[in-house]
Amino acid sequence: MKKPKSIQTPLDDRVCRGLRAGDRVLLSGEVYTARDVAHRRLYETILRCKKIPIPIRGETIFYAAPTPARPGRIIGSMGPTTSSRMDPYTPKLLEVGLKGMIGKGKRSAGVIEAMKKYGAVYFGAIGGVAALMAQCVRRAEVAAYGEMGPEAIMRLTVEDLPLVVVNDVQGGDLYEKALYLFRDGK
Amino acid sequence: MSSLRKISCKTIRDTVERLFLEASTDLGKDVLGALKKAASAEKSELARFAMERIIENARVAREECLPLCQDTGMAVLFLEIGQDVHVTGGNLYDAVQEGVRRAYRKGHLRKSLCDPLSRVNTQDNTPAVIHTEFVPGNRIRIVAMPKGGGSENMSSVTMLLPTAGVDGIRKLIVDKVRKAGPNPCPPTIVGVGIGGSIEQASLLAKKALLRPLGQRNRRDKRLAKLEAETLKEINNLGIGPQGYGGRATALAVHVEMIPCHIASLPVAINIQCHAARHKEAVI
Repeated sequence: MKKPKSIQTPLDDRVCRGLRAGDRVLLSGEVYTARDVAHRRLYETILRCKKIPIPIRGETIFYAAPTPARPGRIIGSMGPTTSSRMDPYTPKLLEVGLKGMIGKGKRSAGVIEAMKKYGAVYFGAIGGVAALMAQCVRRAEVAAYGEMGPEAIMRLTVEDLPLVVVNDVQGGDLYEKALYLFRDGK
Repeated sequence: MSSLRKISCKTIRDTVERLFLEASTDLGKDVLGALKKAASAEKSELARFAMERIIENARVAREECLPLCQDTGMAVLFLEIGQDVHVTGGNLYDAVQEGVRRAYRKGHLRKSLCDPLSRVNTQDNTPAVIHTEFVPGNRIRIVAMPKGGGSENMSSVTMLLPTAGVDGIRKLIVDKVRKAGPNPCPPTIVGVGIGGSIEQASLLAKKALLRPLGQRNRRDKRLAKLEAETLKEINNLGIGPQGYGGRATALAVHVEMIPCHIASLPVAINIQCHAARHKEAVI
């Protein structure tokens, strides 16, 4: 198997341009968790020209809400939720500098276009391997919207998080490629 | 006729708590077996990578008693209550809800229920979804099923033309799985409920997910055939594990059927992700 590329957040244009749909990567550094309501709040804050509570330029958002940590542990189980629910809010976040997204499932045409325009990458994390994935988390703290409980934005420090590039900056799409290569039971 | 038997609310509550704690961390042997078999059939590197991680995750979750998935689900329960059971010491439904509350607190499971409009969390993962059925006897069978939101979102009920026939049903199932693509965390299990009224079809589809994995419908040969053919078509779509491309888009298709109105042909499709969690007990 081809060796995965090690990459570090915050992501820059050079790193993003070097990634292709289907590449395996090991991502290290800080990422922010955010899902449905957090996205709507970030989006509405940007529209009102107010400051959002997390840094966004070059940053990576992980569509996730972990289980609560057991005493003595950094985090509970953690994995991706379905990304398409964040699609209506994503182009705006890309416009203000978001570079990486981690989730599962297809993105809208609008998001894919905005990714090309702003040079961002969408990574797939394997869904439902949350006990295993949590082992990559070195640090976890609430960064914003703490009152939303499991839906709060958390700042995670991860090490060698195994991901697959689903959509790259050139418009490459792993899901489309997979259907083409494997349809009819090939 | 069995004799009247008392079952306390405390026993019911404790059983519900135990079942959700077990279900969240311990993947069933039938599911694990099917995942291993599916993994060995994959040719692509990415599909094998995904399947290996899924299988390894089940081991880590069981050994370290951690939730398999961060989405520890809505708590769905099926209660088959013997008609000769006398529930003592409180209200049956309250006891079940309390069991769910305790499991999600004690197990550090994610509380995933909220007000549909304000989206404010209910804080304890209640209310649980409780389906009850009366059966002969003096025992209670409890099935606990934490059901994730991602795969539930890809589920549906369709009112087909009454004349659509088995071909129409097969096309519908394959089409829904194709459109769901990578979203519901394949390899999935596809539960199908045909017939009844709109709510019966949905319930039938969910119950179909509880059948031992891969066991064909034993009551109706037409359905067993439909299951086999649909599974083959689904696994020729190319979606594969996590949508990364490959064979294992579904591990099984389970179809159940009951009579329906002459004007209708309801077909419910309930998709279950690979973290197919359910545990049962008879008390």
